[in-house]
Amino acid sequence: MSKDTGVITPQKFLDELRRYQNGSVTRRHFLGVTGLGLATAVMSAAVPGFEPRKANAAISGTLNFTTWPNYFSQENFDNFTKQTGVTINVSIFGSNEEMLAKLQAGSTGWDVFVPTNYTISTYKKLDLIVPLDLAKMPNYAANTQDPRFIGPGTIDGVTYAVPKDWGTTGFVVNSKTAAQNPTSWKEFWDLIQGPLTGKALVHDYQLTTIGNALKYFGYSFNSLDEKEMADAEKLLLASKPHLFGINSDYQPSMRNGDAWMAMCWTNDGAQLHRDLPEMNYVLGKEGGEIWVDHYAIPKGAPNPDAAYAFLDYILTPDINAKEILAHGAPSTDSRTNKLLPETLLNNPILYPVAELLSPLEFGAAATLTSPVRAEIMARFKAA
Amino acid sequence: MNEKKHSRLITALLLAPAGVFMFFLLVLPLIVMLVYSFGERAPEGGYEAAFTLNNYLNLPSRSKAFANTLTLAPFATFLTVLFAYPMAYFLAVYVSPKWRVTMLVLVMAPFWTSQLLRYYAWIMILGAQGVPSWLAWIGISDVRIINTPWAVLIGAVYGFLPLMVPPIYVSLEKLDKRLLEASADLGANSIRSFFQITLPLSLPGVATGSMLVFILLMGDYILPQFLGGGKVYFIGNALVDLFLQSRNWPFGAAVSIALVIIMFVTMFFYMRFMLGKTDNRRVAMV
Repeated sequence: MSKDTGVITPQKFLDELRRYQNGSVTRRHFLGVTGLGLATAVMSAAVPGFEPRKANAAISGTLNFTTWPNYFSQENFDNFTKQTGVTINVSIFGSNEEMLAKLQAGSTGWDVFVPTNYTISTYKKLDLIVPLDLAKMPNYAANTQDPRFIGPGTIDGVTYAVPKDWGTTGFVVNSKTAAQNPTSWKEFWDLIQGPLTGKALVHDYQLTTIGNALKYFGYSFNSLDEKEMADAEKLLLASKPHLFGINSDYQPSMRNGDAWMAMCWTNDGAQLHRDLPEMNYVLGKEGGEIWVDHYAIPKGAPNPDAAYAFLDYILTPDINAKEILAHGAPSTDSRTNKLLPETLLNNPILYPVAELLSPLEFGAAATLTSPVRAEIMARFKAA
Repeated sequence: MNEKKHSRLITALLLAPAGVFMFFLLVLPLIVMLVYSFGERAPEGGYEAAFTLNNYLNLPSRSKAFANTLTLAPFATFLTVLFAYPMAYFLAVYVSPKWRVTMLVLVMAPFWTSQLLRYYAWIMILGAQGVPSWLAWIGISDVRIINTPWAVLIGAVYGFLPLMVPPIYVSLEKLDKRLLEASADLGANSIRSFFQITLPLSLPGVATGSMLVFILLMGDYILPQFLGGGKVYFIGNALVDLFLQSRNWPFGAAVSIALVIIMFVTMFFYMRFMLGKTDNRRVAMV
C-alpha cells in the first residue's frame, strides 16, 4: 500500500480533522499526524513561561513503573502525566529477588523498573532486560555520572541500566528511646540480644540481613564461604526471638515507637531524620553495603516509547533534583548535585565521611542467585 | 431415545463452563505443580526438569511453618466460631425479620474496603501507640501485641467473621421453632433445649463457615506478614518466600502439594465428624 510519507496535505489534514471531530481518533493522534502538536510545541517553546518539556505527540497509554517503597516524587510523576498524557502505574516491591522472580515468570507488563547494582548482570545473562538506546534519552549524560556508579549498568560496553541514585545500608536508632549509641554492626546485633530485645527490626532481604550479620564477625558482606555463612546463620537464629520483626518496610514501626532500632537504607534514614531529628542514621564501622539503584527497561515492555520518554524526563537534572529532594538518596549526576541545596549536600546521612565509606562493599551478583543464602534466609524466617 | 439425548446435551452444556473452568484453573495447574515438585531449582532460580524426591525429603525443613499453620489456623477458626455464633443467633432469633437483611449487610460491610488497608489499621491499633498504651494507662504496662501470634489471631477473627456469620445464620434461621416449643413442653429449660436442639441442628452452618475460614487461613500469608511482622510464619509465607525470594519453584511445588494433601485429609475427617454428628441427631429426631 501507499507509503506513509509524513507530509501533511490539505486533503489529508481535512480528513484527519473529520476523523477527530467524529471522535474516531484521539486528540493526541490528530495533533501527531497533522503536525499541529509539533508546531504548537515549537511555537510555544519560543514563548517564555509556556514551555512543555517535550513534544511527545507519539506516546500515550500507561506506563507501568516498578520500584521500592517511598522512592519517588509524586509531583514529578503528576507533571509527566500532565505533559505527555501518559499515566504512571506504580508497583512497590520489597526485594530484588522478588523482582527477578516476577521477571523470570514472564509477562510482568512492566515498562520501567528499578534494579540494584548487583542484579543487572543476571538480568542480562537471563536476557530479561534490553540494551538502552541512549539516543532516545538525550537528557541523560554518561559523562556527568559519578564514575563509581557507572560500572554495574554497563556490560561489555553496552548500557543496560542507567544510575538512579546511590546510598548505603546502615541502621537507624531512635536516640530518645534507645540510650545506647551503637557505632558498629557488632554493637547492633549485641544490643538486639541485650537491652534492645523486642525493639529491633532487620530487613526481610537476604543481601543486607545476612550481609550485616557477616559484618558482625568482620567477614565480607558478600561472603559465600561455608563456615562464615554458618556463623552468620547462628547469629541470625540466636537473634530471631529478640527481634521486633523482619520487615523491609520499617518506617511505620520506627515512627510510632514500636521499634527503636532498624536496619536502614540511606533514603529511609534521611526521611526519618528529616521528620524526627532523634532518628540517627549510623554506618557500622566494620563496613557494610554501598549500592546504586538503576532504571532499566525489561524485555517485552508494552510501552517502550513511554518508557524512554519517562527516562529522558526523570533524568533531566532539574527533575532529578526534585526526585532526590523527595526520597533523600544522593544523586549520581554532578549536574543534579549543582541544583541541590547546600544543606543536603552537607548531610552526613547522604554523604558519609570517607573513613566510613571506604570499607563499604557493593553487593555481589553471586549473592542474588545463591541457593545457600536463600535457604539461610528462609530458615531464619521460619525459625 | 431422542429426548434422552437431548437432556444429556443439556446436562453437558450446563456442566461445560464449570468443567472448562475447573480443568484449566484447577486440574491443569495441579498437574504442573506435581511435575514441578519432582524437578530441580535452576542455577539462577526457577525450574529445571529432573526426577528427584529431594524436594519431598526436604519438607521437614519447613516443619515449623506447618506446625504454626496447623495450630493457629484451627484455633483462629474456633475463636471465630465463638464470636460468630452469638452474633448469628442474635440475628436469627432476636432481630425482627424486617431488619435482618440490613444487619447482615452491616456484618459484611468490612469487605467493602481493601483487606490491606484494614490490616494497616490493625497495625496502628495493636502497635505501641494503640491498645498497649491504653493498657499502660490503667497500670498494665509492657504489653506487646503486634508481631505476636495474638495479633494474628485478633486479625483472623476480625477478618473472617463476616464469612462465618452468614452460614450459621442461615442454619439457625431454618430451624423449626416448633421443636423448641415441644422441648419446652416436655420440661426442658432453655439451656438444655439450646444444647440438644438448636446447636446440633445449626452444626451444618458451623461446619460450612469453619471450612471457609479454615481453608482461607491455611493458605493465608498477608495476615501473618502484616500482623505477625515476619515473626509469625505460616506455610503461606514459606510458599511466597520459596517462589519469590529463593525462586526454588520445585521445592515450592512440593510444599504446595503437601499443603493440598494436609488440607484434603483434614477436611475429609472434619466433614465426616461434623456431618456424622448432625445426621445421627436428625435420624434420632425423626
